[in-house]
Amino acid sequence: MSHLNVKVAAIEQVTEHVKHFTFISENGEKLPAFSGGSHVVLALNINGRIHRNPYSLMSSPLNTEHYGVSVRKQEMSRGGSVFMHEQIKVGSRIQITYPVNLFSISKLSHKNILIAGGIGITPFLSQIVDLNRMDTEYELHYAYRSPEHGAFRQQIEDMCGERSHFYVASDGQILDFYALLSKQPLGTHVYVCGPEPMVNAMIAAARDLGWPEKHIHNEQFTAPQAGESFKVKLALSNIELEVPSEMSMLEAIEEAGVDAPYLCRGGACGRCELDVVSCDGSIVHHDNYLTNAEKTGGKKIMPCVSRAKCQQIVVNL
Amino acid sequence: MNQTFKKETFRDDYTFSNSPEAVKRFPFPFHEDEYMYSVNIEPHVKTAVGSITEFTFDIDEHYVAECEDKAITLANDPQRYLCLPHMMDAQWDTLELMMESMSNDYPEQFNLTKEGDNWTWVNKPLGITTKFVFGDESSLPMEPLEYIGRQVQGDWVMLDQRDNNLFADGAIVTSQADWSLAIDVGMSWQEWHGPVPIANEIGVFDRALKYLLNLQLGSPVRRLNWTMTINPRLDTSPENYPIWGPDRLSVTPENVGDKVHLRVELQTLFRLPRSNGMLFGVRGYLISMNELVTNPLWAKRLHRVLKGLHPELAEYKGLSYKDITIDWLSKYDDGTSSE
Repeated sequence: MSHLNVKVAAIEQVTEHVKHFTFISENGEKLPAFSGGSHVVLALNINGRIHRNPYSLMSSPLNTEHYGVSVRKQEMSRGGSVFMHEQIKVGSRIQITYPVNLFSISKLSHKNILIAGGIGITPFLSQIVDLNRMDTEYELHYAYRSPEHGAFRQQIEDMCGERSHFYVASDGQILDFYALLSKQPLGTHVYVCGPEPMVNAMIAAARDLGWPEKHIHNEQFTAPQAGESFKVKLALSNIELEVPSEMSMLEAIEEAGVDAPYLCRGGACGRCELDVVSCDGSIVHHDNYLTNAEKTGGKKIMPCVSRAKCQQIVVNL
Repeated sequence: MNQTFKKETFRDDYTFSNSPEAVKRFPFPFHEDEYMYSVNIEPHVKTAVGSITEFTFDIDEHYVAECEDKAITLANDPQRYLCLPHMMDAQWDTLELMMESMSNDYPEQFNLTKEGDNWTWVNKPLGITTKFVFGDESSLPMEPLEYIGRQVQGDWVMLDQRDNNLFADGAIVTSQADWSLAIDVGMSWQEWHGPVPIANEIGVFDRALKYLLNLQLGSPVRRLNWTMTINPRLDTSPENYPIWGPDRLSVTPENVGDKVHLRVELQTLFRLPRSNGMLFGVRGYLISMNELVTNPLWAKRLHRVLKGLHPELAEYKGLSYKDITIDWLSKYDDGTSSE
């Protein structure tokens, strides 16, 4: 997979928990063009172990002199966001993937409703640039906890004008999905990014109101969760390894020196899917990619976020 | 690189031929003595000097003649270029990818200079110099895909990605193996592959689609495909079937070596940056049976592949002259290993 070498040109504290990082390419050239809604995966060397975290690009696709990402410090984090907040300084060098878009605006939509919760605002900032440029009809609905958590509000007001709507929970302002989605014209697409309960509630409301499945879009990166350690056998490479409790299966495979495919590392894209040859216990699926039937079938696993509760799982890699 | 371009034709008197160097670099597609569809996709990385994948886009001795043939086909049938309105970003992505690659890889033939969005493109072999504003359609004599597609060998299809699927929403197609752009434009992955026998049943297309939906920017991929053509004709379109279809009946044991051509397609796929679409290239290479048998291993292997070819594939590829060709090739096959 292709990588870019960047260095940190600027860091800005946006809110108490959110920092914004500006990257420029190490060789001083322009970074690749990208489409609104794209993300990159950062490779972070934390105590000699590589963590790979996906972050949405929120800089303008029209200006690739630099890329921007925002990182919310996660209290329950396995270390990636804390590392970004505490260790990454101006001048730090980071390897990132080329941009990947798993959350693109449908080019055939007649209207787009963008719904953001908290730090879920980030992918929409680059999308808004594209929507403005293409003169496509849209509305942005941004909900957050309290005034001090409203990251980028001024920037959004400048970019979207009357198309932006804000819902501050501490002021009792609630975004009513039913009211919003029940009055949209045919051909409208809805996009949501935010905390899992919010994403699920929005999707449930849209389905309940009879929205076509293809018009409902969400971006939900799951962070790998810790769990019990287990053993993995890679049938094709003939390697046996152990996945420690705080590491993902994909990370353990990479640490064993095996070049496994991946893109989003958040259980969304499907690129790292592995065939399960056998498992003497059960698979604990955490991804949003496999269908429920595939999950219960036990023949597939997404090693970026999912684990096994077993003595040994054998996969085709 | 000091490339000379041949004067030759791909219709009427069919003066096309391969130089010995072109035969040597021909992408012979068979890795074993039998053939079946597979997801034979690999990274489109640069390979050995002189090979057809030395560069991202291959410019060879047939470049000027092929572009001239393309212009004739487009003049006769403007519908060989069709593009849906939502693909304009993808058109500019394609133009940028081609101009940057070609000017980097063939600096003696092509030159691109940029001052902000004011670009100047120089194509020396075709005698073209154009100043235009990147992103401004009105600054080019025609839409960006048609403009650049006329200057690159092969057919170029732009795919839009939506609903977990790929849609052929714009293309310039002048050298196709019997499929119609006017019919296929706007079709989904499953729709345009629907007619292919066997591959659907064995799940090749489902697996390939799953793979391609995650195609990454900066990591293009390629595969080879093949068919056969009578006469070195680029435009074997359904629209012009009355012109070339009857040629299949003209093959005799005496003229197989001249008339029957193996046609290999280098298919490439690129993720496009601003549009998040994809560019699908089908670059054809033609070789006559006389030229092909100058390589004894190819002659043996093609003989065996054709002999064992599944009847449904032969039917789909329109190889009504297969048996005459097998007979003709048999004299080059002594039964020894083709490795």
